Amino acid sequence: MNFDYNEEQQLLADSVRRYMGKAYDFESRKKIVAGEGWSAQVWAQFAEMGLTGLVVPAEQGGFGGGAVDLMGVMEAFGEALVVEPYVPTVLAARLVARAGSAAQKQAILPAVAEGRTKLALAHTEKGARYRLESVHTSFSQGKITGQKPAVIGAPIADKVVVSAHGPDGIGLYLVERAHAKAKAWRTIDERLAADLAFQDAPAEKLQAGLDLVEEAFDFGAALACAEAVGAMKFACDATLEYLKTRKQFGVPIGTFQALQHRIVDLYIEHEQAKSMACLACSKMDQAADARERARAVSSAKIKIADAARRISQESVQLHGGMGMSEELKVSHTFRRLTALATEFGDADTHLGRFASL
Amino acid sequence: MDLNYSAEELAFRDEVRAWLRANLPADLREKGERYAHLSRDDLLRWHKILARQGWVAPAWPKEWGGTGWNVVQRYIFEEELGFAGAPPLIPFGLTMCAPVLLRFGTEAQKKRFLPRIYHGEDFWCQGYSEPGSGSDLASLKTKALRQGDHYVVNGQKIWTTLGHYADWIFCLVRTDPGVAKRQEGISFLLIDMKTPGITVRPLILMDGAHEVNEVFFDEVKVPAENLVHEEGKGWTVAKYLLGYERMNTGRIGESKRQLARLKEYAAHMKEDVRFRDRLSRLEIELTALEITNLRFLDRMRRTGQPPGADVSMLKIKGTEIQQGLTELMMEATDPAASDELAQAIRKRYLNMRKTTIYAGSNEIQRNIIAKMTLGL
Repeated sequence: MNFDYNEEQQLLADSVRRYMGKAYDFESRKKIVAGEGWSAQVWAQFAEMGLTGLVVPAEQGGFGGGAVDLMGVMEAFGEALVVEPYVPTVLAARLVARAGSAAQKQAILPAVAEGRTKLALAHTEKGARYRLESVHTSFSQGKITGQKPAVIGAPIADKVVVSAHGPDGIGLYLVERAHAKAKAWRTIDERLAADLAFQDAPAEKLQAGLDLVEEAFDFGAALACAEAVGAMKFACDATLEYLKTRKQFGVPIGTFQALQHRIVDLYIEHEQAKSMACLACSKMDQAADARERARAVSSAKIKIADAARRISQESVQLHGGMGMSEELKVSHTFRRLTALATEFGDADTHLGRFASL
Repeated sequence: MDLNYSAEELAFRDEVRAWLRANLPADLREKGERYAHLSRDDLLRWHKILARQGWVAPAWPKEWGGTGWNVVQRYIFEEELGFAGAPPLIPFGLTMCAPVLLRFGTEAQKKRFLPRIYHGEDFWCQGYSEPGSGSDLASLKTKALRQGDHYVVNGQKIWTTLGHYADWIFCLVRTDPGVAKRQEGISFLLIDMKTPGITVRPLILMDGAHEVNEVFFDEVKVPAENLVHEEGKGWTVAKYLLGYERMNTGRIGESKRQLARLKEYAAHMKEDVRFRDRLSRLEIELTALEITNLRFLDRMRRTGQPPGADVSMLKIKGTEIQQGLTELMMEATDPAASDELAQAIRKRYLNMRKTTIYAGSNEIQRNIIAKMTLGL
């Protein structure tokens, strides 16, 4: 039993955290959000630090890492509220690594590792909510037709992994982003998204079905858990600092027991959430079978969704009016945690799956 | 990161499990399953079985009977006891009085009391709370005035758990009513329950059970050699005890067993989504607490630092989960059922409300975290 990162994981987490402290403070982030919504310079630095190649197999110039290798990175991203669409590239690259032909892997993955290519994963459809099996996009004779709304990172992606009904049921296909009509928008937490429309878009088949989609969503959920834990950490620390400095009735408001007990509960929630993120990431890498993996990820996502709601809401409440203000990072953390609570399945969806396993 | 036990840890767990299977008396286990009352003899019988095996006080130093297990082994052992449905080990002697004696006691006190605690020859209870002193413990009023080689004790303790079984009581008493800082007038005193002037009166809880008592002291003469640490240093002793390694605070093994029991018992509610989701959330909270507890242990093992305010968090979460389990168990019971088990389950719900109040109420635990961990 051991809850430590290994030396490499720790070094990586530390260097990401250092970089975030230096180049991704709240003011820098504001500029990125006000501009294009991502920074090519930041992305190049991700590549430089090896982040874009973390899940890419060694044969294609990556590190062949798993969820635990990414955990510290995601926590640091969560604290800094990174808006660059890192997770979509990770998930799509993993799918290519697992289900791509040798030629496909060679064509895509080294470029991903080097930061030259960005990917997106287009699966969910309108009305499907969190039901992974609900797919209407179709594939026939090398072409894809259908609608994929709210694809995170799609506005700047080069290639998209798209799910569609093909001759053998639901499969995954590689499509050039340029072959889709894209309507870009920003999510509630200021990330880049696009509604993609495919009309006879040329597509290459990957050797993957719904089970691999489910695995990819579990991987995404595990990363969302780790990212949320980082965001929760910031929300707790910022709120604690506020309780110590904000004065009313002549004293810091942190001297009031009614508020002390509430912030204590937030720290407890954060510890419990962190424990479940550890569980999700380690079972993602080490589970004996899909059932064990799914059980761990669902239980973690339920806890993280509940904790994200509670911590985000309470951190704003305890900041008073300032918590509502766009000026403070805590309100942006609120937005991020709100999104993370439902990304890759909300609590109710995972409660249903947890009970069925 | 590896959340699984190592091969050695698993082998240790299996050894403990096999031993428990062979040595936990069926009638005691069965009483636990029925949520039946455990007598003084029941508790001591189990204590003595563990003592004979050399496992009754794993955390003690080896020279006094400790096992030399590391923190993870101790955790595994405690969780296995809970999971097997073993009767509880009463903490007042083993994990409260003994650590105090080991830290502050004289050689003579250690030799006199520790072996008897180990072998279950003395049954101990705790004399802290008073009618006017609950969470505000330092306001306690029971007086112990020095007269020659004795203290004369007058006053009253309350909520004395199993005081009616006890041979000895360790008490916080006021030896100097004159000092300005009230914590400084307090001392830690060991008192033989057979001493003339002590009266034990039952306090019946809402489930009808007799667990706790009022203890009255009327001109009780206590030899001065029963003072632990210096006169006026009782608060230091009490604080040490609060921070003492209590790794079973979360009672996770016991809760896991109750959860398994609940799932079996509530099998007929499987299709009730509202009930099902509440049960799932409780199960997940317990999983999280188990990992949190292991994370704290792991950190302790690496840094050698005592757990500090972490214990408060385990107490808060652990007791909330225990109460949640008894609540769902009661709700899963057929409202029309009046059999013995159904009634025991309802009474258990009543009884377990104590857990968030005793051993430092959960509100006091939050105060501790606010002050010690968060610096508020």
